[in-house]
Amino acid sequence: MRHILSILVENEAGALSRVAGLFSARGYNIETLTVAPTEDATLSRMTIVTTGSDEIVEQITKQLNKLVDVVKVVDLSEGKHIERELMLVKVRAAGKDREEIKRTVDIFRGRILDVTDKSYTIELTGTTDKLDAFLDALDRGAILETVRTGVSGIGRGEWVLKA
Amino acid sequence: MELKLPPNVASGETLTGAEIVIRCLKAEGVEFVFGYPGGAVLHIYDAIFKQKDVKHILVRHEQGALHAADGYARATGKPGVALVTSGPGVTNAVTGIATAYMDSIPMVVITGQVPTRAIGEDAFQECDTVGITRPAVKHNFLVKDVNDLAVTIKKAFHIATTGRPGPVLVDIPKDVSNEPAPFHYPEKIHLRSYSPVTKGHGGQIKKALQLLMDAKRPMIYVGGGAVLGEASEEVTELVRTLGYPVTNTLMGLGSYPANDKLFVGMLGMHGTYEANNAMQNCDVLLAVGARFDDRVIGNPKHFAEGNLARKIVHIDVDPSSISKRVRVDVPIVGGVKEVLTELLAQIRASQHRPDPASLAAWWAQIADWRAKDCLRYDRNSKLIKPQYVIEKLYEITKGEAYVTSDVGQHQMWAAQFYRFDKPRRWINSGGLGTMGVGLPYALGVKLAFPDADVACVTGESSIQMCIQELSTAKQYKLPVKIVNLNNRYMGMVRQWQEFFHGNRYSESYMDSLPDFVKLAESYGHVGIRVDKPGDVEGALREAFAQKDRLVFLDFITDQTENVFPMVPGGKGMSEMILSEEL
Repeated sequence: MRHILSILVENEAGALSRVAGLFSARGYNIETLTVAPTEDATLSRMTIVTTGSDEIVEQITKQLNKLVDVVKVVDLSEGKHIERELMLVKVRAAGKDREEIKRTVDIFRGRILDVTDKSYTIELTGTTDKLDAFLDALDRGAILETVRTGVSGIGRGEWVLKA
Repeated sequence: MELKLPPNVASGETLTGAEIVIRCLKAEGVEFVFGYPGGAVLHIYDAIFKQKDVKHILVRHEQGALHAADGYARATGKPGVALVTSGPGVTNAVTGIATAYMDSIPMVVITGQVPTRAIGEDAFQECDTVGITRPAVKHNFLVKDVNDLAVTIKKAFHIATTGRPGPVLVDIPKDVSNEPAPFHYPEKIHLRSYSPVTKGHGGQIKKALQLLMDAKRPMIYVGGGAVLGEASEEVTELVRTLGYPVTNTLMGLGSYPANDKLFVGMLGMHGTYEANNAMQNCDVLLAVGARFDDRVIGNPKHFAEGNLARKIVHIDVDPSSISKRVRVDVPIVGGVKEVLTELLAQIRASQHRPDPASLAAWWAQIADWRAKDCLRYDRNSKLIKPQYVIEKLYEITKGEAYVTSDVGQHQMWAAQFYRFDKPRRWINSGGLGTMGVGLPYALGVKLAFPDADVACVTGESSIQMCIQELSTAKQYKLPVKIVNLNNRYMGMVRQWQEFFHGNRYSESYMDSLPDFVKLAESYGHVGIRVDKPGDVEGALREAFAQKDRLVFLDFITDQTENVFPMVPGGKGMSEMILSEEL
């Protein structure tokens, strides 16, 4: 099962290594990991997408809570939530492909950020599935480079994750 | 963060970082710092030189410093403190840190670091200390500003000693230890990201009570958490109130008196037949400060599937220990002492009592298992049996000694045959299984309890791993007794090779051993070699009579003796191999 863990950590040197080290030391998966400071500069918010049985995810959550730098851990996938990922894609776009690619970008509500006579650089935001679908819709051979941020998530409604 | 100053700590006085370190240790009531100097800690050693409050114990290798501080902590319950230099000082200390971490021992480790401006430049004796030690500490800090030093040391002691204890490391660059700052030592500290639960959930405790009272085949399984959590009295009261069988893990020995009839012996890979069978066949299991590890329950699948009806109550201060290897029915997160106190109060207030008929039937079953006499060994051997040495050690010290051990067969025999009636008397590396701990552990214990008998039960292989500490023992006049069960083999390795590798004793024979008697003498101690069973008792008596000398007793034991019972790795706990004689 896929889980999205949202973690508030002290914004201190080494906090990221502690979290990442925990996953590698105990053999847990990290599919994506994003981290940045929050509105409170002393705290960082991390979103980790991981997979595992309920028992494993329970252990991951407990182990994360045990880290001294970790203030709070929430499994967003247990409730209603919003998740987004940002992707930048550079594609080969020359000749007759240019129009077709542009139409695909429009359909997926992406934006073309940079253009040369042979390429487009495209920005796309959405769920992981949507970004995957966009890549599938392109001619694989045309994709020159992809950069994805990994998932960021937030709970729906008025619920907030606070220290 | 709350900052309140205790009256005994001067505030605002300007001190150097090094002086601040020492003043913090003094404020924490630290008696001993175990360490070894070097470039990056020279300012701290200079500060040590100028005062008398904190006594420094100079070891002969940093690993010895960590183990000695760890042994001191295990015996006293107070945090052990070690001080080492950067680079190799730290890497030598890592084994000691990991050993303490695996057994949840409170320690504060202070390490020197190269000056802040040199960090990352591959400076002389530089290593990434916080990086190297991160997976082996409860927490660690790199202090880059002298103004953060005192509060960081306060945090270190707070984290090390609360919740599930563990080692905390504070890395101090050389320039930070030389810079001046006003000294404020906070009396209390609050960390928003760290607040261990101590009080158990009342409703969960009530559920536990119901299960315990309704049990027909109850079992109480007590681990090192009861020792660390100072819950021995509560454990004893609970067991005696209920009249239920109780077992201790290797780390829990002494938390319930081993001489009591309700005690069914240690459980686990080398546990008793009765303890392991009771664990496997009980219908309600109360686990107290224990973690169902592989050396205790063997294969968790076998443990669970072999008895699907069994209900488990698990009390632990660390939520991540609960339902890690074995699914439990009633988890109770909290300090074992606090939870057991509440449980006892609820039992007193309740009318509910165990059913005497079922309990009698269960005890009859246990008596059958006990009748196997699984710790039996050949008492007529012409060779010295290691078990016999431990039995005599127990008699001669009247069961009152602090016994440290190394790791291997001798450790298991000491655990099986020295019947510990009190907590903190049995000092060994259970989790990491570190050979070499025994002697430095004994030194740490002897410093804490100079009038007590301290015996280090070891083997000829383990003792050589920290043998240099015989010199430390001489310098500080620490007359511990070394009980070397010398079978010329890495005994436990040899045992596994005999059982599981077709008697191919690959590299487990200890060739070219030193003459331990002369070795002890060369360090200024007394050495005695014993090779006849009839001389064992006399030699032990002589050794313990020499109150002010370290005596190294070299017992030449039966090479082929094995530790029984044995649950082979990966097997279920009722699949025991018993001694050939049974």
